[in-house]
Amino acid sequence: MTTETMEAPAVASPTATPPHPLREFWGYFSANHGAVAGLVIIVAVVLLALLADVIAPHDPNITNTTIALKPPFWQEGGSIAYPLGTDPIGRDILSRLIYGAQLSLLIGIVVVAISIAVGTVLGLVAGFFRGLTEIFIMRLMDIILTLPSLLLAIVIVAVLGPGLMNAMLAVALVILPHYVRLARAAVITETSKDYVTAARVSGAGTTRLMFREVLPNCTAPLIVQASLGISTAILDAAALGFLGLGAQPPSPEWGTMLADAREFVLRAWWVVTFPGLAILITVLAFNLLGDGLRDAFDPKLKR
Amino acid sequence: MAAPPFSVLAMLRFILTRVSLIIPTFIGITLLAFFLIRLVPGDPIETLAGERGIDPVRHEQLRKEYGFDKPIIVQYGIYLARVLQGDLGKSMITQEPVLNEFSALFPATIELALCAILFALILGLPAGIIAAIRRNSIFDHGVMGISLAGYSMPIFWWGLILILLFSVQFDLTPVSGRIDVLYYIEPITGFLLIDTLLSDEPEAFWSAVRHLILPTIVLGTVPLAVIARMTRSAMLEVLGEDYIRTAKAKGLSRFRVVALHALRNALIPVVTVIGLQIGVLFTGAILTETIFSWPGVGKWLIDAIFRRDYPVLQGGALLLGVVVMSVNLLVDLAYGLINPRIRHTR
Repeated sequence: MTTETMEAPAVASPTATPPHPLREFWGYFSANHGAVAGLVIIVAVVLLALLADVIAPHDPNITNTTIALKPPFWQEGGSIAYPLGTDPIGRDILSRLIYGAQLSLLIGIVVVAISIAVGTVLGLVAGFFRGLTEIFIMRLMDIILTLPSLLLAIVIVAVLGPGLMNAMLAVALVILPHYVRLARAAVITETSKDYVTAARVSGAGTTRLMFREVLPNCTAPLIVQASLGISTAILDAAALGFLGLGAQPPSPEWGTMLADAREFVLRAWWVVTFPGLAILITVLAFNLLGDGLRDAFDPKLKR
Repeated sequence: MAAPPFSVLAMLRFILTRVSLIIPTFIGITLLAFFLIRLVPGDPIETLAGERGIDPVRHEQLRKEYGFDKPIIVQYGIYLARVLQGDLGKSMITQEPVLNEFSALFPATIELALCAILFALILGLPAGIIAAIRRNSIFDHGVMGISLAGYSMPIFWWGLILILLFSVQFDLTPVSGRIDVLYYIEPITGFLLIDTLLSDEPEAFWSAVRHLILPTIVLGTVPLAVIARMTRSAMLEVLGEDYIRTAKAKGLSRFRVVALHALRNALIPVVTVIGLQIGVLFTGAILTETIFSWPGVGKWLIDAIFRRDYPVLQGGALLLGVVVMSVNLLVDLAYGLINPRIRHTR
């Protein structure tokens, strides 16, 4: 009898239920105006990329030398048919930028997906098996971190040969250490916790422990790092494209467009201004989102 | 055992541990450079010889010389021995030893990198400090917004935009190079700012300065953003500490509290960040030098790629890697010297 009366107040009344975690998360996230702005820009870029065929006014690859180097519409000599002007061989810049959004998002997502997939496995393995395996993996990651990231990517692409695919592989390798370190650190903090011991005692194998028990508990930092990783990937891939080592012309990749237009910088400001602006805005949006996600996942840090 | 506040032995142990930690990194970098040539599709001798081809007798001779007929581990040993003796091979184009070319061009890169980090410090430190003191003010938001943009900046585009503005529109700065072609400056230190001052042509110095302005801004932008953000957050953390409240309660002036008590402690993480920016700087230098035709090692490496000058690529990447590794080590050691807490953790 007494136990029942004792238990009664311990049961939380329905009105006091904490908000759903997602709702709470959104509360923190939406308080950060920069992060919301970043999210809006990213959604816009995604929509542009998905609807490129509908939105783009022209084919991005059709050349027409009679309209080469037309300025944007608000300048004398420009026309509204080519809102942001045309490049040296008469391709519509706006259309190329819209199709370029497809490439940049693809680069960001593929690169980070490869890095996360390989990185978390390596990190989990390092954290679980310790010993020589760990030393080998972590030392390797230290070496990758020691080398300047773009230098390493350049060297890899120089060896494998220029091209978008090789550039993506190179950038994926360069950002790999962040994910390995994150996953390993998570494993080391998590494995000492009771729920892991409980799972282990109830007979869970190492693979199950790694992927079903520990991994779900380190998703938050991984998501933050993924958002920041996408911005690095887009930036580095564009830099490789600019150096002539990434996507090759006539691909409308933004960095490649810049490299293509570089020699015309003195005659036509618009051919270099807009592709770079597109890179800057997209990268900035992913950085804003990443910062916002980090603060929202870890509200204690902020307050 | 109570650790004495300053013990030579502890210090020595700290230094030795840190130095020994770079050995695996060095081996890793040499392995990377070693396999680089072998990953290029085709015969490595032909790769090294270039497109002109090579006659079979010389081919066989080189195979022996480089040890390609031996097991791979022996080949690596031979390579490592050559590297340690400073033999990084010869450029296929100029036939100059890679090490000579590197050391001739490296001062230009260092000069640019030093100016860039100085630029970033001069603007970034005060901006970060003021932003922290006036937290949530318009200035704070402005600094944070601009620094996030700087952090996201595609610097290869930033360089072109600055050229458009300052060189094309206003004709203030030159578009490329290190100095006007009219001047010939005898390289004494390799740093043009110093060499021109040593020469008897004062005009040459100003020419060198004008050539430096845009590359410095371009290369300094990302470090500037990072330093401003880091300084701000380090200051914010320190300003919340008890000893700051004590200092304020003692009635010290606001300036004294910030400049003496807070800044000194906030600088420790900032110094580390500056050290870590060195690697970023060399990466940025590759792009900056390409845009401004700056005759440094970054442009040299990119040119080597397009000329398929693999020995230069191999040796240059190795040397840059070693430079960054050494700078990181020095920063690590300096950090231990400034902050005794680090020294005693091991």
